[in-house]
This record gives sequence, structure tokens and C-alpha cells, in this order.
Amino acid sequence: MSASHIPQPDTPALRLEGIVKTFPGVRALDDVGFDVRAGEVHALLGENGAGKSTLMKVLAGMYEPDEGSIYIEGEAVTMRSPLEAKARGVVLIHQELSLAEEMSVAENIYLGELPRKSLGRVDWKTLHSNAQAILDRLKCGFDSKRQVGTLSIANQQMVEIARALTVEAKVVVFDEPTASLTDAEKVVLFDIINDLKARGAGIVYISHRMDEIFTLADRISVLRDGGYRGTLIKSETNEDEVIQLMIGRALDLTRRRAAAKTGKVALQVEGLSCGKLFEDVSFELREGEVLGFYGLVGAGRTEIAETLFGLRKPSAGRILIDGTEVEISSPADAIKKGISLVPESRKEQGLVLGMNCRDNITLPQVGDLTKGPFVSDGAEIAIFDRYYEALKIKTPSWRQAVGNLSGGNQQKIVIGKWLAMNPRILIVDEPTRGIDVGSKSEIHDLIRTLAGEGYAVIVISSEMPEVMHVSDRIVAMFHGRIMRSFTTEEVTEDNLVAAISGIETDKVA
Amino acid sequence: MSHSVLKSPLGWLAGNPIWGFIALIFIFFSFANPYFFALQNFQNILVQTSTIGVIALGMTLVMINGNIDLSVGAVVALAASLCVDIQGWSLFADWGNWAILPGVVAALLAGTALGALNGLIVWKTGVDAFIVTLGAMLGVRGLVFVYTKEQSFFAMNFSFSDFGSSSIGPIPTLAALFLICTAIVHFVLSRTVHGRNTYAVGGNRSAAVNAGIRVGPHMMINFMIVGFLAALAGVTLSSQMGAATPNLGTNYELWVITSVVLGGTKLKGGAGTITGTLGGVLAIGILRNGMNLMQVPAFYVLVILGSILIAVLLLDKQLNRKGKEELRL
Repeated sequence: MSASHIPQPDTPALRLEGIVKTFPGVRALDDVGFDVRAGEVHALLGENGAGKSTLMKVLAGMYEPDEGSIYIEGEAVTMRSPLEAKARGVVLIHQELSLAEEMSVAENIYLGELPRKSLGRVDWKTLHSNAQAILDRLKCGFDSKRQVGTLSIANQQMVEIARALTVEAKVVVFDEPTASLTDAEKVVLFDIINDLKARGAGIVYISHRMDEIFTLADRISVLRDGGYRGTLIKSETNEDEVIQLMIGRALDLTRRRAAAKTGKVALQVEGLSCGKLFEDVSFELREGEVLGFYGLVGAGRTEIAETLFGLRKPSAGRILIDGTEVEISSPADAIKKGISLVPESRKEQGLVLGMNCRDNITLPQVGDLTKGPFVSDGAEIAIFDRYYEALKIKTPSWRQAVGNLSGGNQQKIVIGKWLAMNPRILIVDEPTRGIDVGSKSEIHDLIRTLAGEGYAVIVISSEMPEVMHVSDRIVAMFHGRIMRSFTTEEVTEDNLVAAISGIETDKVA
Repeated sequence: MSHSVLKSPLGWLAGNPIWGFIALIFIFFSFANPYFFALQNFQNILVQTSTIGVIALGMTLVMINGNIDLSVGAVVALAASLCVDIQGWSLFADWGNWAILPGVVAALLAGTALGALNGLIVWKTGVDAFIVTLGAMLGVRGLVFVYTKEQSFFAMNFSFSDFGSSSIGPIPTLAALFLICTAIVHFVLSRTVHGRNTYAVGGNRSAAVNAGIRVGPHMMINFMIVGFLAALAGVTLSSQMGAATPNLGTNYELWVITSVVLGGTKLKGGAGTITGTLGGVLAIGILRNGMNLMQVPAFYVLVILGSILIAVLLLDKQLNRKGKEELRL
């Protein structure tokens, strides 16, 4: 937070003027213009579908704008490919990792621009020494010869960042860089960003996370519906103002406090282990209760969910539903026993993106919706309509392919799919990952409403505000073990962080 | 996807550009050659395409499912050999025309069983279908040579070979058989649970698993369907020829896959339709027939067909790129 004095050279590192980009039927960017100064972190905000990603692709040379100009250090440029953009000093750090997993870290960093010797041979020595220098600068603890696929997601993200630093970047664009990072890893990332800033680069920082933006940014620009809505100076604004600009209305972010009316125990887990992924996990879950699982990425939360859903076989321990011990052998079996899982990654695990909305919602139960040998259209549409209304899914028609919906609406499709199965126990893994602020609170409200209707809900989240906001009790995990379980009265940000970092060890069952 | 775009005729055509292409070549050949536009020639085209067409129906299911079956050509030869050989066994000597039945049944069972085996291996071992069926393609062809001792079989019962050239009214029996199969597979794919799950498994396998769909059985059923249909093609082909040779069906897998892909089915699975496949099959049939009538030398026909395959897929990519924020690569 050292934004007391912002260097203000005459020409900004990056200036956009009247950028227009249309796709058939959509005006994705409509007259967008702002500037990014050298040595500034400029946050770019907007709901999903506001045009941020399109703008970034224009900047990175992946799209050519229909109208408008891009100036880098005052010079008008056209960029026709990512490599050309990089040569101009504009680098984009992607939200989704785009690494060649079978290749080494160094090869990935210099992908497309490997140093060469005569006859087109790769100069391995230069490659690895250059790559290692960048890794050292980023304080990465792994070798440049390591195969990328063997690294953790966070370290892969570091490789993605390292890739951007092979040139002296004038403009660095971070697109949701912390989506898969833990809090500790975020600190490292923020150091890197501040370092880049100190070297005089203009940083464009895209994120949905208000706290990060208010920690890092000097100025904040907002997009809505493809249009530019203004730039705020961080020191002169607050979250409410930013959110209002983003979604065009005010948002209630007060923490829920009303004690939930919980019913009988629906799920009991005793001493559950799965190899080294998680060990000796015990907890119980009541009807009408939201149990939050909080911990760092890799703490074993997702693996517990996968075990409860029959995707993994436990190596020890018992699972009891309504007091009866059960064995869950497959997802089909879990569904039959009333357990549903909204998976961590909706695109990879939750949705068939090319399929339409209706068919995605009825996917697990289409076998029961038959009339003679055929699937009954009417029954399917009835189910779609029910959840279309209940969850306020925004889509022009059930015929729309799910891949064309925004992240929030995609998530509602996944949730609708599972509600339609009438589960008793609903596990939601990272309910709002990559979802904009407005939809986020809708999803949170939805989870609370479901608990109110008597569902037993488990919420797994890496976001502390989310887990504190939505849960009745919170289980903190560290290295595959439950460190502590909190009620909403007990929990504070401090003791929660302590528990997931392995500091607090007095376990409370 | 068949469910996502289904409004204006123009929108439908953009999703199935192959039918526009068919209209184009149909008009072209009608004007270019006096013999093309004739009922008998249309009957010819339908009979000629029925063999590849029947197999392509099954291949569409397998490919939407995210798999592929390279062994269909070999299965055609095996089924044809079994069918012709068994009906000639002395065991069935006094069965009259009924002697054909055990041959046909054995051929269809063999095809279905080989499909089941392919499916089972893909399901249980997780080895890529390309590799598994590549092995099957070589292995089954070998079996055919072992079984036939490299000899051709000739059908002694003329009723069998008459069937291949018979007609129901103006429609050749084989063409009718193909169209009936097309209708059935179309309904299986577009209206049944198995069809829906076929799309789901091919579109996103882990989402399908998470939805409790048992992926393996669906894949196996589709391999059995394509095996059955390949065997059926073997039977009809041997009926047309009144004989079976061990080299029958060579390269059929390539023609089948070409037709299916031409019809808009995606190699990586999750998308495709039977109407598209029918279009792909007819397009190739019309092109071969038309060029044949115009006496284009056979090797040039191959060159032209190859070029058209690539051109049509390119066009498809252009038509379907719009509206999506596709990256320039």
C-alpha cells in the first residue's frame, strides 16, 4: 500500500482510445478508452461478460479491434499476434494456464523464442541459464529443467509469470492471477507485482477480489456491458462505490448471523482416510446446516468431497448416512444415496459445454425421464423451467449451449442439475470460483436458502470471506488433517488463518 | 448439436453445410451429364452408398462418443465370408432357402461380438480406441485369411444373390434397408437416453462420470452397434456380389470415417448428427457416381474427393466460427 506518490511521466505506458470490437450479435467492446501509467497498478474490474477478457485479448494481439487505437509509450501500434505484442513490451499472464505440460520449465518460459545456435539447434545452455535467472528473480524453488506437468498449479502459475518476464515488459496484464493461489502464494505474487511496478512497468490487474484490488491498485477502471464506466483513484474511493459502478446498483455485503435451525444428523464421517491425501477425518453434518471446509489448496478438502461422492476409495474409516454405515462405490451410487457434488471446476468436471442448458440440467436423471423408448421432451423442459425460474438463470432459451453462458449462469446450471436430483446432502466445491461479484452473492444466498429448506450442505472454499459468510460451522484443514472446527461465534480471521497454516493444533471434534 | 440450432432453414443449413453442398453437386451433375438425372441412376447411387452408409451410421455413434473403430473393413470381410460359407455347409443342405439364415445370423453375431470385444477392451483397459481397433483391424483381417485359407467363397443359393438386386416397388431392397437403419439410428441418437449419454460422454467425460453416467457400457453398446452394422454391410455386400473374398472391405474404414466427418461429426467427440452423416454418405456417393458417368479417370476421382473433404471441412469451420469468440491460431 505504498501509493502515496505515483510517478507521472508525460506519456502513459499504455493508452487505449475508442476501442470497439464486435462479434456477430454482440458488441463486446464499445468505445473503451483509458490509460495506464508507467509504474502504476491499474485494476480493471467488471462483471463476467463486461468485456475484460476481450479487451485483454485485444491488448495481447489475439484479436484485432474493429476501431480505435492502442498507444504504447505514446506510439500508435497494431499488434497481430501475441509474439508481436510481446515484442512491443505487452505481455499477458493468462487466467487459465496455457503451458506445455510435457516440456521443461525453461522450454515453456521461452516457448516460441528458444535461443538458437547454428543450423537451428537449440542453445540449451543459454536457455537454462536465462530461465534460471528469471526463476531466481521470482524466488521460485524449482529448477528450470523440471517438467512443468509435475509442478503444483501455483508453481505453474509462476512459470506463466516467468514467461512474461523474458522481455523488459512495458505493460504487464494479469488476468485473475490469484484464482488458484493460496494466501501465502498470493503474497509472493504481490511482491512480484510490486517489483515490476518499481521497475517502471504499467500493470493491468484484472480480478474479482475487492481485497486484492484495494491492496494493490493505484487506480481502478470499470467496464460494464462492453462499455467504459470510469476510472477511480484508489485512495479516493471505497468498495461500495466500485461495486456500484460495476453492477449499477448497491450490494449488501453484511455478514449473515441468524442462527440456522438445524435438524438431525444427516452425514457422519469417522476416521476417514485416503492414503496420504487426507487422514483420520471425522465430522458430522446436520440437516439445514452449512459446513464450511477451509484450507490451502492441496489440504485435502476436494479429495474428501470426491471420496464422499464415490470417486475415490477410502483406505480407512466409516461413512454413515442417517446413522447407517454405507459404502459409496461410484457417483451413481452416491446420487442414489442422496449425495450430490458440485465440482471444483465446472468446465472440466461439471458441464458438457457443447450441450444445451436443458440437457445439462437433466443429465444425471435423463434415464428416468422416458416415455417408451424415447426421452420425454416435455418432462425435460418442465425440469429446466423449474430451475430456470428458481435459480434465475439468464439464458435466451434452453436451446443455448452452456458454453455460451457466463460463469455465474454456468454455475447455476450445475447447481440446478443437482437440485433436480433431490439430494439430501449437497457438496459444493469452490462455489464462486471465477464468478463476478453480483452472481457471487446470488450463489451465496442460494446456498443459504437451500440450507434453510433442510438440505445438509458442505461448502469447500479457498476464500475466507466466503466461507465465513456462508457457513454455520467451519472446519479448518491442513495437510490432509482437520486442525479445528469452529462455530460462527468462535471464528475470527486470525484463528482461522492460524489453523489452516498448521499453527493451532488443539483439535476440537 | 442437433438440439442447439434448429430454427430457420438457413440456420439449419449453416449447421449442416453438407446438404447445401449436395444440392450444388446434384444440380451440377444434372446439367453436366445426360445420364445422371434418371430414376435408375438414383437407385444406383443409393445401392452403391448403402454399404458404406450402414457402417457410417454406427461409426457416427462411436465417434460422437469420443472413440473410433478402424476394424469395420475387416469385419465386413469376416461377416461376408462367414455368411457365404456357412449357408453352403452340407449341414443345411436340405434347408432350402432357410440355409441362408444361419449364415446371416452367424455373420451378425460375429460382428456384434467383435464390437463388444473392442468396447470391452477400451472400457476396461483405458487404451485409446484408435490403438485397440487398429489392432483389431489387423487381427480380424488375419483371421479372415486363416478362416478362408485365402480363398473366395461363392454363394450357391441364387435366392441369396437375388436379394441383393431385388426391389421393393421402385426402391432397391438394399437402399430401403439402409434408409430404415438410418431412421432407427437417428431416433436412437436423438431421442433415447443412450443417445443423450453418448453425446455427454463424448462432450465431457468427467462431467458424465460426475453425473453418475456409466461411461463404459455406453461405449461398449456403441461398439456393438457399429460391429453389427459392419457385419450387416458384409452380408449385403456378399449378397450383391454373390460371393465373399478375403480382401472385401479393404479401406472401408477410411471411406466410412470420411463420410462421417464430412457430415459434421467431430473427431474429438460430443457433436454430430445422423442427418449429417447421411449427407456425408450421399455426397460421396453422388460425387463418385457423377464423375464416373463423366468418365473421370478413377485416380483423379480420388484426388478430387480428397480435396473436397478438406474444402468442405474448411467451409464448415468458417461457417461455425462466427458468433463464437474463436482465437486466431
